[in-house]
Amino acid sequence: MKADPRGVLTGAHYLDGDHAAAEGGLAAGCRFLAGYPITPSTEVAERFAARIPKVGGGVFIQMEDELASMSAILGGAWAGKKSMTVTSGPGFSLMMENLGLGIMMEVPTVIINVQRGGPSTGLPTLPGQADMMQARWGSHGDYEIIAICPSSPQEAFDYMITAFNFSEKYRVPTLVMMDECVGHMTEKVVIPPADEIELTPRKEYTGPPEEYLPYLPDKDMIPWMTKAGDGTRFHTTGLTHDEKGYPVMNADCQETLVRRLIDKIRKNADEIAIVEEEEVDGADVVLISYGISSRVAIPAIERARREGLKVGSLRLVTVWPFPETRVRELAKNVKALVIPEMNYGQIYYEIERCAAGNARTILVPHGGGWVHDVNDVYAGIKEGLK
Amino acid sequence: MNEIRISGFGGQGIIKCGYIVGKTASLFDGKFATLTQSFGPEARGSACSAQVLVDDEPIRYPYVTTPDTVVAMSQEAYDRFGADITQDGTLLIDEDLVKSLEPPKVGKFYSIPATRIAEQLGLRLVANIVMFGFFTAMTDIITPGAAREALPSSVPARFVELNMKAFEQGYEYGLAVLGKLPDGGEEKPEETKSGANAGAGSKREAGSKKAKGKSSSGKNTGKKKATQGE
Amino acid sequence: MTKETTVTEETQEQAHPMDELLRMDRMPHIWCPTCGLGTVVTALAMALDKSGISLDDVAVVSGIGCTGRVAGYIKVDSFHTTHGRAIPFATGLHLANPKLKVIVVSGDGDLIAIGGNHFIHAARRNMDITVICVNNFIYAMTGGQVAPTTPLTANASTMPYGNFEPPFNIPYLADSCGASYVARWSSLHVRRMTTAFAEALAAPGFSLVEVVTPCSTLYARRNRLGTGLDLLKFYHDNCEIEHGADTRSLDIDFQSTIKLGKFIERRRPTFLESLDDWYGQVFGDKYEPYAGATSE
Repeated sequence: MKADPRGVLTGAHYLDGDHAAAEGGLAAGCRFLAGYPITPSTEVAERFAARIPKVGGGVFIQMEDELASMSAILGGAWAGKKSMTVTSGPGFSLMMENLGLGIMMEVPTVIINVQRGGPSTGLPTLPGQADMMQARWGSHGDYEIIAICPSSPQEAFDYMITAFNFSEKYRVPTLVMMDECVGHMTEKVVIPPADEIELTPRKEYTGPPEEYLPYLPDKDMIPWMTKAGDGTRFHTTGLTHDEKGYPVMNADCQETLVRRLIDKIRKNADEIAIVEEEEVDGADVVLISYGISSRVAIPAIERARREGLKVGSLRLVTVWPFPETRVRELAKNVKALVIPEMNYGQIYYEIERCAAGNARTILVPHGGGWVHDVNDVYAGIKEGLK
Repeated sequence: MNEIRISGFGGQGIIKCGYIVGKTASLFDGKFATLTQSFGPEARGSACSAQVLVDDEPIRYPYVTTPDTVVAMSQEAYDRFGADITQDGTLLIDEDLVKSLEPPKVGKFYSIPATRIAEQLGLRLVANIVMFGFFTAMTDIITPGAAREALPSSVPARFVELNMKAFEQGYEYGLAVLGKLPDGGEEKPEETKSGANAGAGSKREAGSKKAKGKSSSGKNTGKKKATQGE
Repeated sequence: MTKETTVTEETQEQAHPMDELLRMDRMPHIWCPTCGLGTVVTALAMALDKSGISLDDVAVVSGIGCTGRVAGYIKVDSFHTTHGRAIPFATGLHLANPKLKVIVVSGDGDLIAIGGNHFIHAARRNMDITVICVNNFIYAMTGGQVAPTTPLTANASTMPYGNFEPPFNIPYLADSCGASYVARWSSLHVRRMTTAFAEALAAPGFSLVEVVTPCSTLYARRNRLGTGLDLLKFYHDNCEIEHGADTRSLDIDFQSTIKLGKFIERRRPTFLESLDDWYGQVFGDKYEPYAGATSE
């Protein structure tokens, strides 16, 4: 299915990551954004608010808070509009409640978190990458989620489309974990013609309305979806539910449902995993990075290579589900994995787990507020070669 | 790679100026350009700076570390950012807004009364575009043709003409400083215009004129201090 | 088993009049005997039936609590959401498809305490949804805790010596925030409640019907008010109908007179009417109205 040209601003633009993400959403067919202002993410909402009356067929609303924003986009998606919201750390915390509802109801939506320094109000105008574990585990209960980390405005555009496609395909709220640096960085963004943008259509139920079972899984574990007003008169709930969507309060139903919610992502992890590899074959040390840290790592890698050191790079575009298979393989072939991230160890521990003792894992932490000093990343590489 | 820092205070259009530099380079000069910005929580009046990296190769590390080109449009901005420029870098100031400065140690140093020129055009807000024109003339980072292409889509539609004028005045002022004005260019009625203004302004104008004459060498270190003494 | 309830061939063939509106496969429901919620659901079903709105176009959204379960029993597209968030969820449904008739049915704690912020903003925006707030003066599902509607001095498990916090006057709250339609009835007043639901469904904009309902298991028991039937008798003897009453006069004190009626009915532009109207002015003919044919 091709993109609707009305939402696609084809051409070359000079945009910051926030604006590019808004354009990515529009190009992906998003026609409903409910949000609440918060630095450094607000520009996404502003751009959408300015564009949607001109694009047509959609609406923007500034809600009273992030609880309402996240809740509203679930309603929006159920009513048949591709829906998104955007926030930063403090708002992301508030969204966790209804993120869980979105996971339980299996609602395709996209949530952008333009990460800033935390905890709490932290550093509103400066970058962080410390919400990565919150993205994974922030809502209560057990679940799997998809999270993607763009590292440039162009990628903010491109991966918003990917995020919407994943959310439709797997019927799961999909997180776009940007950071202030990417959000406020302005670069050239090329928006392709609409007929070059491939969109994943919603998995629509087309059978007799009275036979519809909203949570009867297909072979791929994903149930068919209808929207409110289609005549199927379905029920959905945040409670543990059966195939009819009716609450069932017992361990068997919990096992069937939650197992499927997890498996539909976990068993497709290799397909969802987007990674970029560079010179990993024969490398002694491989840097594993994501988001803005990937770009900061490159000068350090180049410096090491100029000195004749064998350094590779594995960039995680998909961070959740964690690209476990690849990291496990890699750990068997290198001396060390070096992980620069703007926190004191989040994805690092995932990597350490997957390295399983086969390679050393070296964290190059940064508390946020700025990106890494290239020298620190370089020192991490040298440490890995010891 | 060029590392550019454009600085001033909030409300001057500093970020916009950086935006147009980056847009010109990346969309119309076929280069790569990354703009980042830093600002305080205040919307107006606090020091702010736009940083632009321009290169022929894709840009990785996104921030300016050792700027080779610094534009200062306020005293505070100059005090904060004026010193950390590379040895052979270029410093551009709004001479009415940066009054007290150490003898610059940089390779090239030029000044322009950008805000005054903008006021003469009828809108002080276009000082950033006057400076953009000046920047285009004084550095080889972007081409004037590309700048003229980038400008119209970067400012509100009803202000395009005014902004184009502001650009041309800044650009020509720069060419005059470099002694590169085409024949007849010296007619630029800059002197007359500011002559009509207050005395302090004309004194500065005199200093600038001196700079005009000599700085095509690009090594006018110390000259500004003399100007200050006047 | 008495003769009257003996199942005959004739009764077997008759469909229950509520079959089309209720999820009979979910019966029996979870509510206690003498709870007012069954009456509220029946009244809503009757109002929907009378309204002539296609049930395919109706969405019911509930939050959490005893009333939160309403969404599970009505046979329309129904959403049982998180605590307090029924209104923003409903807002999303409505905005994404303005053709839907979106009804929120939830309790006083859900809508007025944890969801209070959403309530006031939806009313302020005049979001075109209908809210039925079932007020039983207490958090019943969690075991009788104090609610933002618990009358002063009434006992609750977290106000074991009696409530000293002043409660909200819900119609006054809705009125002062700009709601288009505001009424209050008790679950004893079935016909009037049904009429009010129908009026609220027909009213463009944010419409609110507060329904005072008995909770015998917790509110009545903790306060020694007898059975659910005793509470209904109390409503019978102590409710006063005063249409158009000043909403400031609608406080509910412990076991005192409860004023009922239709208090507010006014026409104010809804959120989407305002949006389309304003963008029409700003963009002129280029603007394609979003709500289109669905707005009046």
